[in-house]
Amino acid sequence: MYNFEFENPSSIAEAVAALAEEEAQALGGGQTLIPTLKQRLAMPSKLVSLAGIAEMKGVSIADGMLTIGGGATHAEVAAEACPPLAALAGQIGDPAVRNRGTIGGSLANNDPAADYPAAMLALKSTIVTNNREIAGDDYFQGLFETALEEGEIITSVRCEIPEGANYQKFVQPASRFALVGVFVAKYADGVRVGVTGASEEGAFRWDEAEVALNSNFSAAALEGLALDAEGMMADIHGSKAYRAHLVGVLTKRAVSAV
Amino acid sequence: MKDDITRDERVENLKGMGCSRKRVEDARFTQGKGNYVDDIKLDGMLFGDFVRSPYAHARITNIDAAAALEVPGVIAVLTAADLEPLGLHWMPTLAGDKQMVLADGKVLFQGQEVAFVVAEDRYAAADGIEAVEVEYEELPVVVDPFAALQSDVVLREDLVAEDGSLPDGAHGPRKHHNHIFTWEAGDKEPTEQVIDTAEVVAEETMYYHRTHPCPLETCGSVASMDKVNGKLTLWGTFQAPHAIRTIVSLISGIEEHNIRVISPDIGGGFGNKVGAYPGYVCSVVASIVTGKPVKWIEDRMDNLMTTAFARDYHMTGKISATRDGKITGLHCHVTADHGGFDACADPTKFPAGFMNICTGSYDIPTAYLAVDGVYTNKAPGGVSYRCSFRVTEAVYFIERMIEVLAIKLNMDAAELRRINFIKKEQFPYTAALGWEYDSGDYHTAWDKALDTVDYKGLRAEQAQRVEDFKAGKTRKLMGIGLSFFTEIVGAGPVKNCDILGLGMFDSCEIRIHPTGSAIARLGTISQGQGHATTFAQILASEIGLPADSITIEEGDTDTAPYGLGTYGSRSTPVAGAATAMAGRKIRAKAQMIAAYLLEVHDNDVEFDVDRFVVKGAPERFKTMKEIAFASYNQAIPGVEPGLEAVSYYDPPNMTYPFGAYICVMDIDVDTGVPEIRRFYALDDCGTRINPMIIEGQVHGGLTEALAVALGQEIAYDDMGNCKTGTLMDFFLPTAWEVPNYETDYTVTPSPHHPIGAKGVGESPHVGGVPCFSNAVQDAFRAFGNTHTNMPHDHWRIWKTASDLGLHG
Repeated sequence: MYNFEFENPSSIAEAVAALAEEEAQALGGGQTLIPTLKQRLAMPSKLVSLAGIAEMKGVSIADGMLTIGGGATHAEVAAEACPPLAALAGQIGDPAVRNRGTIGGSLANNDPAADYPAAMLALKSTIVTNNREIAGDDYFQGLFETALEEGEIITSVRCEIPEGANYQKFVQPASRFALVGVFVAKYADGVRVGVTGASEEGAFRWDEAEVALNSNFSAAALEGLALDAEGMMADIHGSKAYRAHLVGVLTKRAVSAV
Repeated sequence: MKDDITRDERVENLKGMGCSRKRVEDARFTQGKGNYVDDIKLDGMLFGDFVRSPYAHARITNIDAAAALEVPGVIAVLTAADLEPLGLHWMPTLAGDKQMVLADGKVLFQGQEVAFVVAEDRYAAADGIEAVEVEYEELPVVVDPFAALQSDVVLREDLVAEDGSLPDGAHGPRKHHNHIFTWEAGDKEPTEQVIDTAEVVAEETMYYHRTHPCPLETCGSVASMDKVNGKLTLWGTFQAPHAIRTIVSLISGIEEHNIRVISPDIGGGFGNKVGAYPGYVCSVVASIVTGKPVKWIEDRMDNLMTTAFARDYHMTGKISATRDGKITGLHCHVTADHGGFDACADPTKFPAGFMNICTGSYDIPTAYLAVDGVYTNKAPGGVSYRCSFRVTEAVYFIERMIEVLAIKLNMDAAELRRINFIKKEQFPYTAALGWEYDSGDYHTAWDKALDTVDYKGLRAEQAQRVEDFKAGKTRKLMGIGLSFFTEIVGAGPVKNCDILGLGMFDSCEIRIHPTGSAIARLGTISQGQGHATTFAQILASEIGLPADSITIEEGDTDTAPYGLGTYGSRSTPVAGAATAMAGRKIRAKAQMIAAYLLEVHDNDVEFDVDRFVVKGAPERFKTMKEIAFASYNQAIPGVEPGLEAVSYYDPPNMTYPFGAYICVMDIDVDTGVPEIRRFYALDDCGTRINPMIIEGQVHGGLTEALAVALGQEIAYDDMGNCKTGTLMDFFLPTAWEVPNYETDYTVTPSPHHPIGAKGVGESPHVGGVPCFSNAVQDAFRAFGNTHTNMPHDHWRIWKTASDLGLHG
């Protein structure tokens, strides 16, 4: 770890001001950033902790809308969000990770194997920052790439509560990140399928599956549908073909579980 | 005199052998009060860390430390050039090879130690490391051992003579510049003849992948050279502190009495902490150079990438049998990938360890084994990860060959084992590859295991499952994994077991205090095995003082008697035997004292639990507590005061624990996920000292077996980059993945061990790996599978299903 300055603001405005400095870096729960710093793979001049900002806390449900503060921990989401998203949050890491890591931090990092992106794509989400609102569909832009500007902070996220939903996570045994994760959400106006862990382009919506499920919401409707293995990720834990196959299997299981 | 307690209560009070005494170590470990090497903090202590090579094979053309020495807090930077005048730029390995302490002109694996930066703290050392400028000239990388034996690329120029010829290595002639040794056991021609003319022959090629022990605590040391007294104190993660003292003395020239090696609490070893590492040497040199204590501690990445890999054996087997399944011959060839240096931690005469136990538990009349060791651009090691030397490889090999033969014979694999087991009446049994098995009762254990799990019922269920699968009623296949293993532990008899000339005896020294408590010191060192608990139990039964009144101390070479340490399940077979023998010396003297006090002849008293009683008059006795006091304070004619004893025990033979394991799993064909429904483990470790600790050892060993069989590996890419340097990719199972284990036992005492004990810590790993693997492979047997390589992670299991056409 290199030396850095540390600030602990108590409001979004203070945090934004502190992040204006060059090489300043926001710190959520630190579950990715701190290990990165320990490996000396990042050298921010200043860390701005978002943990002390009261207006970024909390989980609430009102008028069919779920709102989660950007600073809410995975444990808080697991305890207070609508059931399918709560179940997802409860599968992130281990209790230590869930008690520190935040939804805003995870979404800002956009790890291609993180769980939340699949849910945000499926749950008609809106990513709310200190200066704008970004539709979930526009937010994820590739591996570790998002629509966030320099110094922009995720203050909250909003999701439309679906009629039914389910997340199927296939765990990479060493890291317990998602080797593949599929979030299926069913709304009155259609089905959305968010996929994480699989693609070289990061989280994505599986359009063909959505079309099939819109006409017939059953696992049987997905028979014969296959993702192209090209474009999938490959590593020591799974080939492209394996990941493509798993997306199909997990999508069926998610549909059956909704 | 009368007791107010019964004899049974007296036995219970001792907490001797056979009782599940709670571990005395746990109070400090569970309260964070352990004292590990990284807990050692000395006045003025410096911290050293390595500049490591990013390349797997490169020449080093220059090292410039000038900028590093300008970094605040950096005290010194050591390179091979600094160590060379001391003769310490290379060091001997335990396998008869030598290894660079710091890169001497080239590097042979990614992560190799290039320079040692000594600084006021770890942060400054890290800053210094970044400032050291090393110029590398990349060389062609060889990661495949078969390619290495064909390659023109010379990895070890130091082992090629100037005229290009190859001098013999430590284990005889070398066939190629990247070849280390050929080691043979058994009879080649007769074996080949038996196989060539056999009614049935099964052949298989299998790769036992490279993995790593990955103890929770990584390796480290603190060296403190007291220049006034000329004394060096070295704390470290040493599984063999006495051997480390001798080696440090031999390579540094410091006289052995001026070296004190201390192994404090060790957070798991599993073979990782047997060898000598460059960090140890560099911390010593840095302390001598700076005059201050110097600490070196690996981080997780250092540990996984550079110290002590395990396995990496490419094995080819042929097994022959009659048509009705009687095995007639076994042929095994191994290509062993040792990485850049041969740093195996095996007894010196056994460059492939006890791989020649690969005839397993079976009466195989003819066998032959040949092992070729090879250099590649990978990290050195080849340690015995939770096993006696290379015994996991041997047992995996034979337990897979049995399965492959069963397929060839179209025979039930449990029955094939049964008809080939060595019979109870054949012990002591001399195997075709030379070992004399001391004892065993395999049929009893096997029948008990099969009956307990209702083996026939399981096979019927499995057959139905196959039908259901074919009919589309289920997508889960059922695998039944069988494994019957014989370990060879307790190295070992000095006549054939030594490490660098150090005989593999072990020792115990006991001092009884006047009030009837005691301290015993041993040449071993616990890394979690619970020695302070179990050795006190052996002594309690031998000398009649309560285990709770006996302190066990290990690991300080200034106080403990010389011994070869703890690995290869040798502590109970060797040091445990020494403990019993030393206890018996105490008892012999106590008998004389008791007889004197009771005014009878020595032969008229006998030992009874915690006392000597007059034969035929049990109301006349002296307790061991009374005898202890008398031994010091009551002048007994012709007897020296005091009650002490020491025993150095050179075992007459190894011990041969065995066991029968059965695993039942359901495999999700669509995802490759195996769900372990049942795991039954029957262990026969001879006399059982502490059933609770045995059970704990079995659970731990099985969990590491699950890890290795189902996903844990050290993997490299073609450039020699290690792809599994963190726990994000290196699989370490937790409670999440671990099934419920059912443990069971039979007791076949070792006939030559003083208390009949055989050792148990490693059996579950040795037997567990083939059991998990066989279960996976068995699930696909009905669909034409004969063998697939480990690790059976989800992807590879899925791929097996895919290759067999099970995904439609």
